Amino acid sequence: MVFNPIQIVPELYQLLLILALFFQSLGDGSDTPPAERWLPFFAGFGVFVTIVSWGAEGLIFGGAYKLDALSQFMKLAIAGGFYVTVLNASRQPSLEERKRPDYFMFLAISAWGLMILSSAVELITIYLALEISSYSLYAVIPLRTTNGVGDRGAAEAGIKYILFGAVATAMALYGFSYILASQHTSYISQLALRTWTWDGAPMAVVGLSLFLGGMFYKLALFPFHFWCPDVYQGASNETAGFVATLPKLGAVVVLVRLAVLLKPGLEITTLLAVLGALSMTYGNLCALAQTDLKRILGFSSVAHAGYIMVGLVSGTAMGLSAAIFYALAYVVMNLLCFWVISRIASDGRNLQLNDLNGLYKRSPALAFALGVGAFALVGLPPTMGFMGKFFLITSAWDHGYNWLVITLVLNSAIAIYYYLGLVRHAYTHEAGEDVPAPDNSAFSVAGASILAALVLVLGLVPGRVFDFAILAGKQLLP
Amino acid sequence: MEFGYPVLSTLIVFPLLAAAGLFLIKSPQVARAYTMGASILELILAIPLFTFKHNAEWQFVERASWVPQWGLEYHLAVDGISYLMVMLTLFILPLCVMCSWTYISKRVKEFHFCLLFMTAACVGVFAALDFVLFYVFWEAMLIPMYLLIAVWGGDQRRYASLKFFLFTLAGSTLLLAAIVAFRITGGTFSIPELMQFPFTFQFQFWAFLAMALAFAIKVPMFPFHTWLPAAHVQAPSAGSVILAAVLLKMGTYGFLRFCLPLTPEASVYFAPLMIAVSVASILYGGAIALGQSDIKKLVAYSSVGHMGFVTLGIFLFNLRGVEGALFQMLNHGIITGALFMMIGAVYERSHSRAITDNMGLGKYLPAFMGFWGLYALASFGFPGTNGFVGEMLVFTAAFQVSPYIGALLVPGALLGAAYMFRVSLKMAWGQPSSAKTWRDLNTREWAYLLIPAVFVFYIGLAPGLFFKLIDPSVEKLVSDLKQRSKVEQKVAAQPAPPAVAAVVIPAEPVNN
Repeated sequence: MVFNPIQIVPELYQLLLILALFFQSLGDGSDTPPAERWLPFFAGFGVFVTIVSWGAEGLIFGGAYKLDALSQFMKLAIAGGFYVTVLNASRQPSLEERKRPDYFMFLAISAWGLMILSSAVELITIYLALEISSYSLYAVIPLRTTNGVGDRGAAEAGIKYILFGAVATAMALYGFSYILASQHTSYISQLALRTWTWDGAPMAVVGLSLFLGGMFYKLALFPFHFWCPDVYQGASNETAGFVATLPKLGAVVVLVRLAVLLKPGLEITTLLAVLGALSMTYGNLCALAQTDLKRILGFSSVAHAGYIMVGLVSGTAMGLSAAIFYALAYVVMNLLCFWVISRIASDGRNLQLNDLNGLYKRSPALAFALGVGAFALVGLPPTMGFMGKFFLITSAWDHGYNWLVITLVLNSAIAIYYYLGLVRHAYTHEAGEDVPAPDNSAFSVAGASILAALVLVLGLVPGRVFDFAILAGKQLLP
Repeated sequence: MEFGYPVLSTLIVFPLLAAAGLFLIKSPQVARAYTMGASILELILAIPLFTFKHNAEWQFVERASWVPQWGLEYHLAVDGISYLMVMLTLFILPLCVMCSWTYISKRVKEFHFCLLFMTAACVGVFAALDFVLFYVFWEAMLIPMYLLIAVWGGDQRRYASLKFFLFTLAGSTLLLAAIVAFRITGGTFSIPELMQFPFTFQFQFWAFLAMALAFAIKVPMFPFHTWLPAAHVQAPSAGSVILAAVLLKMGTYGFLRFCLPLTPEASVYFAPLMIAVSVASILYGGAIALGQSDIKKLVAYSSVGHMGFVTLGIFLFNLRGVEGALFQMLNHGIITGALFMMIGAVYERSHSRAITDNMGLGKYLPAFMGFWGLYALASFGFPGTNGFVGEMLVFTAAFQVSPYIGALLVPGALLGAAYMFRVSLKMAWGQPSSAKTWRDLNTREWAYLLIPAVFVFYIGLAPGLFFKLIDPSVEKLVSDLKQRSKVEQKVAAQPAPPAVAAVVIPAEPVNN
C-alpha cells in the first residue's frame, strides 16, 4: 500500500506540538508566550486536523499500522479530550510556572502515544505505543506543588503509578513472548485465524491473558486497579483529569481490536466477563466508603472498566460498537466531572465531599454540571451514560453472559448512593466554613455548560455518533 | 383528528420550556405567578385531549424514529388506561403551585422548576409506547422528586429522600434488564407490537418478576412500602401531592400496561401471590394507620391500603376489578392529593403535623373542617363520593372471584373508616383546641380545595362519563388477557396450577 502522509496528519500534527513544546521547555520561558496561553488554541485546532484524515483507510508501515473507522474515531476523541484537558490544565494552581512547557509536553506525548495506539494492529507496536503514553504520565503525576513546594502525596502517587505500571508492562511483554512462541505471529489479523481454546493452545491463552493484563492496568480493571484511586488522589486535579480519561480510550481501543479473538464461550472470554463483574462490584462497593472526590471517581473508573467488558465479551459487532460508544461516554462524563472539580478547587486542593456543601448557591452552573455528570455516571436517562449502558446491555443480552448483564444493572443500584452523594452535598447541604471559592468566570461556566450539554444531547440523540461506532465495530467483526 | 400541533409532545415539551424560562426570573413572587400561568396554559394546550374517542384504539399517536440503530422510537399515544392518568397529572400541577404559594419560601425558582420538570416526565411515563422511552421518563422523574424531598422537606429530609431514591432505583434496574430481554426475544421495543408476541412461559416468569419488583416498589405494595411513609412525611405538601396523586399510580399503571398484556400467563400464575400481597397491604396499611399520631403519616399509610385495593382489582382479572382499579387510582389521586394539601394548609398554621397539636378546629375553622370531612368520607368510600365507586367495584370483583377474598376486604374497609374517623373527630372536636387564633381558609385555599371537591362529587354521583372513557380499553385488556393466557397455555401444554384455577374460576356466580 502506498504511504500517504495525509493519512497520519493527526499524529504528525501532534508531533509538531510536542516539538514546539520541547523547544520552549529548553529556554527559561522569558521570551516566549507561556505555553498555557498558546497551546489551547493549537490543541483546539488539532481537533479539526483529525477531521482532515477522517475517512483515511489503509494498512501502512508493514501492516503494523491500520487506519480504519475505529482508529479515526478514537483519534478524534483523543484530540478532543486532549483539547479539553489542556484547557482544564491551563489554569492549574498547583503547577510551577517554569515547569509548564514540560508538563504540557508530557501530556501531548501521552496523547500522541494514544493516537498511535489506536491505529496499532501488531502486538509490538501496541506495546511501544502503550509505553510512549505511559512513560510521559509517570513524569507528569509528581508535578504538583502545595504552597510552593513539591507535594509528597503526588510523589507517592507517581511512584505507585510507575511501580504498578512497570510490573504490568513487564507482564504484558512476558505474555507477548508466549503468544509469539505458540502462534508464530504478532499481527492481530493473523492471530484472529488461530485457535484460542485452552485445549488447542494453552500457551497462547496464558500469553494473551498476561498481555491483556497490561491493558487492564491502563483501564484500571480489577485486580489491576490498585493504583487508580491513589494516583487520582495524589495527582493534581487537572492531571487526574487527564489520567482518568484519555488512557482509558487507548486501552479500550486495544481491547476492542483484540476482542476479535475472543469468541463467546472461550475460557479467556469468560475470564474477562468474570473480571468485569468483579471489577464493577468491587469498584462500586469501595466507592461507597470514600469521602475524597477523586477517590470516588477513581473507584468509579474501576467500576466503569467492568461495564466496558460487557460489550467486549458479547462477540458481536454491536457489542464492540457499544463498548466504543461507552468508552467515549465515559471520557466525556469524566471530563465533565474533572472540569467541575478543577474549577471548584480553585486553590488546587483535594476536594472532600463536604467541600461541595452549598455549591448550588456559590456556583449554580457548576453545581448543575456536576449533577449532570454524576447522574450520567450512574446511567440515569436522559444522559449519555444511560444510552451507553443501555447499548451495552442490549448488545450483550442472549450471548451467553446474561448473568453479567444482571450484575451490571444491579450495580447501578449500588452506584447511585455515592454519585447521589455528590448531588446531595451540592444541593441540600448548606456551606460550612473553609469551603473553596469556586471559579465562576465565563471560562469555567462555559466549559462546564458545553460538556454538560454534550452529555445531555448525546443522551437524547445518540444516533449520529453511534453510527460511527457501528461503522468501526462492523469493520472489525463483519 | 388534527389540531395543528402534536398534542402529547407539546404537553411534555411545554413544561420543560417553561421550566427553562424560570431562570430568567428573579423575584419569587413572579416565579410563582409564572408557574401558575404556565400550568394553566398547559391545561389549555391539553384541550384537544377532550376529543378523546370512546374506543380501545391508541389515540393522539405520534411516532418517529429516535435511534434507528437500536430500534428505539419516539412513540406516544394514550388509550383509556393512560388517558385519565395524563389528565390527573395535568390537573394536579396548578393545585401544587397554589398549595405551595406560601408554604415554600426558600429557593422558590428551583422548586417550581422541579414541579414543571416532574409534570413533563409524568406525562411522558403515561404516554410513552416505546419501552425505552417509557424507562427514560420513568427514571427522569426520580431526580426532581428527590430534590423536592431533599431540599424542601422536613427535618429528616435527607434520610427520606435517599431512601426514596435508592428503593425506586434499585427496583427499576431489573426493569431495564427486562426491557432489553423483551427486545431481544420479541424483536421490538414497541409496546403495542410486543403485546402481540407470544412469549414462552419460562420467559414470562422471569420478565414478570423483574417488572413486578419495579412496579411493586413504586405502588408501593407491602413489604416494599417502607420508603413511602418516610417520603410522604418529609416531603413538602406539593411533593406529597404529586407523590400520592401521580407517582404511586405509575406502579399500578405499569402492572396494567406491561405485566398483564406482555406476560399474561405469568400474571395468571402469580395472581394468587399478588392478591395475597394486596390484601396484606390493605389490612396492614389500615392497621398501621390506625396507630399513627402524625396526620401525614396516617394518610401515608392509608395510601398503602388504598393502593392495595388497586393492585387487588388488577389481579382479579375481571372487568369490574380492572375498572375499580382505574377508578381507585383516579380517586386516590384526587382524595389523597387533597388531604395532603389540607395537611399542608394546617401545618402552615400550627407548624406541627401531630394530631394533638391540631385539635378542636371545628369551631374556629369551619370551612377547613368541612372540606376535611368531605375528603375523609371520600377516603373510606362513603356513598355519594368518588371513593365509593372505586371501592365498590373492587368489592364486587372480589366477591365475583371468591367470597373469601371479599370477606377479607371488609375489615380493610372498616379500618379505613376507623382511622379516618379517629383523626377527623379529634381534629374537629378534640380538646384542648389549639386553633383559637387561626384564621379560616383564604381564597387561594378555597380555590385549590374546591376543585378536587367538585370531582369528588362528580365521580361519586355520575361516574358514567368515566366508565365510557375507560371501558373499551379495559374490556380489551381483560379479554386479551383471558384469550392469550388460555391460548398460550394450550400451546405450551401447561395445565394451570390448582391455585390459579381456583382463582380464575369463580366459586359462586354473583349477580351485579
